[in-house]
Amino acid sequence: MNRFADLLDMLAFTPSRNAKLSLLQDYFRTVPDPERGYALAAIARELDIPAVKPAQLRQLIASRMDAQLFAYSYDYVGDLAETIALAWPEASGSARGRNDAPGLTEVVETLMASSRRQGPGLVEDWLDRLDPSGRYGLLKLVTGGFRMGLSGRLIKQALAAFGGVDVNQIEELWHGLTPPYVELFAWLEGSGEKPVNASAAPFRPVMLSHAIDGKDFEKLDPAEFVAEWKWDGIRVQATSERGISRLYTRTGDDISATFPDLVDAISFDGALDGELLVARPSGAGIETGSFSDLQQRLNRKTVSAKQLREFPAFFRAYDLLQDGAEDLRARPFLDRRTRLEAFVLKLDPMRFDCSEMLEFDNWDDLAALRAEPPFAVIEGVMIKRKAAPYLAGRPKGEWFKWKRDPFLIDAVLMYAQRGHGKRSGFYSDYTFGVWREPGELVPVGKAYFGFTDDELVEIDKYVRNNTVERFGPVRSVRAGLDKGLVFEVAFEGINRSSRHKSGVAMRFPRISRLRWDKPPAEADRLETLERMIDGGP
Amino acid sequence: MYGPVTPEEPAYAAIDQGTQALLRPAIPPYLSAMLMKPEDLLIPRREGLYCPPGDFYIDPVRAVDRALITHGHADHARAGHGHVLATPETLDIMSIRYGTDHAHQTQPAGLGESIRIKDVTVRFHPAGHVLGSAQISVEMNGLRIVASGDYKPRPDPTCATFEPVACDVFITEATFALPVFRHPDAAHEIARLLRSVGRNPERAHLVGVYSLGKAQRVIRLIRDAGYHGPLFIHGALQKLCAYYQSRGIALGDLRPATVESGAKGDFAGAIVLGPPSAFGDKWARRFPDPLVSFASGWMQVRARARQRGVELPLVISDHADWDELAATIQTVAPGEVWVTHGREEALVRWCEMQGIAARPLHLVGYEDEGD
Ligand SMILES: [Zn+2]
Repeated sequence: MNRFADLLDMLAFTPSRNAKLSLLQDYFRTVPDPERGYALAAIARELDIPAVKPAQLRQLIASRMDAQLFAYSYDYVGDLAETIALAWPEASGSARGRNDAPGLTEVVETLMASSRRQGPGLVEDWLDRLDPSGRYGLLKLVTGGFRMGLSGRLIKQALAAFGGVDVNQIEELWHGLTPPYVELFAWLEGSGEKPVNASAAPFRPVMLSHAIDGKDFEKLDPAEFVAEWKWDGIRVQATSERGISRLYTRTGDDISATFPDLVDAISFDGALDGELLVARPSGAGIETGSFSDLQQRLNRKTVSAKQLREFPAFFRAYDLLQDGAEDLRARPFLDRRTRLEAFVLKLDPMRFDCSEMLEFDNWDDLAALRAEPPFAVIEGVMIKRKAAPYLAGRPKGEWFKWKRDPFLIDAVLMYAQRGHGKRSGFYSDYTFGVWREPGELVPVGKAYFGFTDDELVEIDKYVRNNTVERFGPVRSVRAGLDKGLVFEVAFEGINRSSRHKSGVAMRFPRISRLRWDKPPAEADRLETLERMIDGGP
Repeated sequence: MYGPVTPEEPAYAAIDQGTQALLRPAIPPYLSAMLMKPEDLLIPRREGLYCPPGDFYIDPVRAVDRALITHGHADHARAGHGHVLATPETLDIMSIRYGTDHAHQTQPAGLGESIRIKDVTVRFHPAGHVLGSAQISVEMNGLRIVASGDYKPRPDPTCATFEPVACDVFITEATFALPVFRHPDAAHEIARLLRSVGRNPERAHLVGVYSLGKAQRVIRLIRDAGYHGPLFIHGALQKLCAYYQSRGIALGDLRPATVESGAKGDFAGAIVLGPPSAFGDKWARRFPDPLVSFASGWMQVRARARQRGVELPLVISDHADWDELAATIQTVAPGEVWVTHGREEALVRWCEMQGIAARPLHLVGYEDEGD
């Protein structure tokens, strides 16, 4: 259990992506089957074991220690599983140090064979046999309370690097595999065959585009390309085979359970690439909702009837990868597009449509279209080579995204936080605000990139010389009408948000310019941002 | 018959840790209680713990005429007193930190030596906290109070081991007085550090350590784990490390962590020790992709580690943990426990549950410099 607890801790404390990758690879290399497979399943949230509820854990600890002492402890630590792991009274005398601490494998296999009712009793016995680190790993496992910021993509990349294979191969296989992934590890270590993808409706690794801007167009012949709107939703893949339908994100995470309305409307056999949006019936057709509408549906385990009614999920198709038994990915884009149009005609028009192709003769035409998109939920145009096959990853020269110019505001630096790794010793993460009232700044976002190394040194110096207060690694910085540092902040979109004090949330904010010249009083007002939610930049 | 105690005839004996049979003071507790109340011997005042019959303070937080100092951490040992009585090591450490003129007059106290101050007899006993750290026993008319300062019972290669002293009133710290604080074996934590160094040969490990005690203990533990390469130290650690070495505590090859001693790339794979406050500073920029570590009992709580931006928390403390506080109180078996600086309420609660009289002693100004 301790190896697993150490892995959780190290992943949680390591800010750098590369370090996380190397930790995972180390773990896969040094821990044997089936333990490494169960750990992989746990962090990828693919482990189906009966969960133990916080109330049950409270009961366990209440039977072992004074309630007052536990209350002081929990109050100090703040995390239930961690408090219990640390404070669980250790057995003394002969029971101490007995050599029967359960490992991750024993715990997982026992739980998989047990009922929900047996869970707390098993956990109690294990707590007596484990040390604090082992208890922490156990309690995190049974409560499912990991917060490590690990994406499915990162886990798959670690597997790919461990086995020296392409990450797309892992993604294609992933949904057909089950814990503890013994076959997968055997293949990655070169001691077994590549597992056969047994699952119906597998994920197909997606094709991605390169960003492009004005000057790159000189090299491209408009006659070789087509263009369509780039919709501001979530890129997804809808797949159905042998009666199994699934909805995947572009990194292969299965989000079918979150969008039952859309998945139920899948009446085809094949695989579509497209954009997940919200669209409501309007007249004879539909009206596309905003990204804020879509956010009402994201990251939910269960969906209420009200959400299904008010924010119906909708699929705008870009591409057809599989039609029945036929894999179309090697064919040129225009061929696939013709097939796609015919394919989508047979689907429920309240749930599926086809992305509209844009007419243009030259790049200036396209620039004019891009400058005035018909809906706020469009974030630019996609440019695709007519002859391009559907290639996994981000192939060069095939697809381009030409984004709408970003939104820009002037905001005032309010807080700065110390960075990690190469930025240790610098205040490199910034919280900025705009005026709600004259003299009252309200924080609206955070940014930690967009500036050069030299600018970082200047901002750092400013932060140190203008610190008002310190809270751990964070400093509040002098910010008033006549004194403060103004940033020009660029961002891709803005939504209403009840979780933010300001009521707005920006997407991908970054520092685009330092406005040393600008008095803070002239920074933007919150009203300006609120207007951007409905309008545009 | 209750006259001055001479060193040849101690009325008590220091006992080994774990010894259950305690030697009690020569006077039965009921009698001593009739003779003198503990509050007559030591009382908390704004300046610190005060002894009226001896007219001295223990670890006063502001300048006083006569001070007895348990150990050299800044919250216990301050400059500017008229007369200071402390172990020779603590006096040396105060001179290093504040200059030789930190007090008008200083007087060294040998461990176990009885010293008479007016009608009061005081003795210094090892506290196992940092080099020179001592508990101070204060005795008069058969009543003995032990002010233990900061202490840790587990062995530490850089200082004398804590000795429990039988007493009527035991004054204990409560820095880590919560059942969640159970310090793991320090050698285990050092092994984690060395594993991380092995795994990240291109990064510099910056290990946060308080300059007195923790720094030297961590260095000594690194050596004991078989790492004999150079260790780089921040300037703030330099004098105290040199002092420990002069007292026979071998710390191996220590080099200043300055740019002159190496270009940025030369610190790849290096272990650098410094006060944690330096890591947010420009000083940290000279190291390649630094991995920030911190050796402290507070690192037991993950949220504390995250708050400080620590990537490798090492739970190494120079204070007693929860189990050690409880075991010490049981071994010392005092008539009464006074609890100070830390989480008093939890330890008082525990004493109540054991049927031991206990109360919090509200002293101000102690800030865990050496946690
Ligand atoms: Zn101390």
